[in-house]
Amino acid sequence: MKINFTHNQSAHCENGVVSNLMRFNGFEISEPMVFGIGSGLLFCYLPFIKVNHAPAFTYRSMPGFIFNRFAKRVGVKIKREKFSNPKQAKARLDENLKNNNPVGLQVGVYNLTYFPDEYRFHFNAHNLVVYGKENGNYLISDPVMETVTTLTENELEKVRFAKGALAPKGHMYYPIDFPKELQLEKAIVKGIKNTCKDMLAPVPIVGVKGIKLVAKQIRKWPKKKGVKVANHYLGQIVRMQEEIGTGGGGFRYIFAAFLQEASTVLKNEQLASMSKEMTEIGDLWRDFALDASRIYKKRSSKSDGYNDIATQLETIANREEVFFKKLKKAV
Amino acid sequence: MKKSDVPQDKSNLKSSGFKELCYAVNEKGEYTTEKSSGWEPKTIALDNAMEDINERIAIAKGKVESNETSPIEYYMELAKMDLPILASYVGMWQWRVKRHFNPKRFTKLSDKVLQKYADVFEINIVQLKDINHEN
Repeated sequence: MKINFTHNQSAHCENGVVSNLMRFNGFEISEPMVFGIGSGLLFCYLPFIKVNHAPAFTYRSMPGFIFNRFAKRVGVKIKREKFSNPKQAKARLDENLKNNNPVGLQVGVYNLTYFPDEYRFHFNAHNLVVYGKENGNYLISDPVMETVTTLTENELEKVRFAKGALAPKGHMYYPIDFPKELQLEKAIVKGIKNTCKDMLAPVPIVGVKGIKLVAKQIRKWPKKKGVKVANHYLGQIVRMQEEIGTGGGGFRYIFAAFLQEASTVLKNEQLASMSKEMTEIGDLWRDFALDASRIYKKRSSKSDGYNDIATQLETIANREEVFFKKLKKAV
Repeated sequence: MKKSDVPQDKSNLKSSGFKELCYAVNEKGEYTTEKSSGWEPKTIALDNAMEDINERIAIAKGKVESNETSPIEYYMELAKMDLPILASYVGMWQWRVKRHFNPKRFTKLSDKVLQKYADVFEINIVQLKDINHEN
């Protein structure tokens, strides 16, 4: 069986799944809108969590948060199910497909056979949609891929029951109840306020403060950790920033796109100019990634290089601090 | 980022041919999307990450050959895993898995335990015991 589901490529997986599932249910909503209302933008430095032998950095909120907040703010209800038994997980999935209901799944990336090798790490917070089953193969709409693809029953079970941090445990989700019309205005304001609050949070590892802390750490890395480790950590910052399809500006460009769309919906001119400002900040992130990559390409140990990019990060942090304080007042 | 600035760098990684969607601004200043074939800084970052992994695999291999560790550590690196990930896949405590890195202890492991590791690495027990074994 094959559900009449339209695949749209997106920059990021969770927004893409939500946007595609909403469109299937008759609500035209863009990826940036989902990202903005769901308050997806964030910065967080997690030195106590090691990913690929380096501390974790994240430029967006926890997996699942974007959809949850989005749903709550626009009045959509989501059903979420987790399983301890793979057989049961498969049965529930098949049941939904039979009822013509495409579902979102949280999966591990490592065993996604259609991904290039370099992307296949043990990262368990990827999202995709299953929209049918043909000849024993599941039809997959992975939002970061250009086109739809398939996975065998065995392959899908493996990615649904990947182990390690954030293990998906067969996690399946789909919207079940919708309002008559989406009321975006209030939802947008809430989304923006939440993002401002997160980015300005008085917590040393979160938001603007988190960026400043990382800048400080970068200055120390070459001496404290040695060149090799310092380069490896730097690579991690860039790889996380560049998760997939973020074009150098991390999630900043998606957020800027959201602000532009929001300015039309709310008829708020200031948001349009703030969108431009966010684009500029995105460009600064892009420059930062470029310069950081030059350092680890050369494997250079000169601490000036490290100091330079640390200064760049501090500039970014200061600009974002001003930006989010202003944005808070703009809505 | 302007639409015309969306990076279209080529790389010799497997991910070339894999196009990503990016958000960028067109001439009128409106946000739109554009596909990107890759960006050098990212290619370098991915490339370095792969190199690091290959280095870890090579080191583990050497340690197995000089009898400093068991093949389990080698296969763990080969699967891009670390101790916590491997432990959660085989369903054992981390300290127990770590003990199995000891070559002496490894030779005494029961087939039942070996099979658990073999299943996770998707190989058979013969391969698990000999890292140079061809399929």
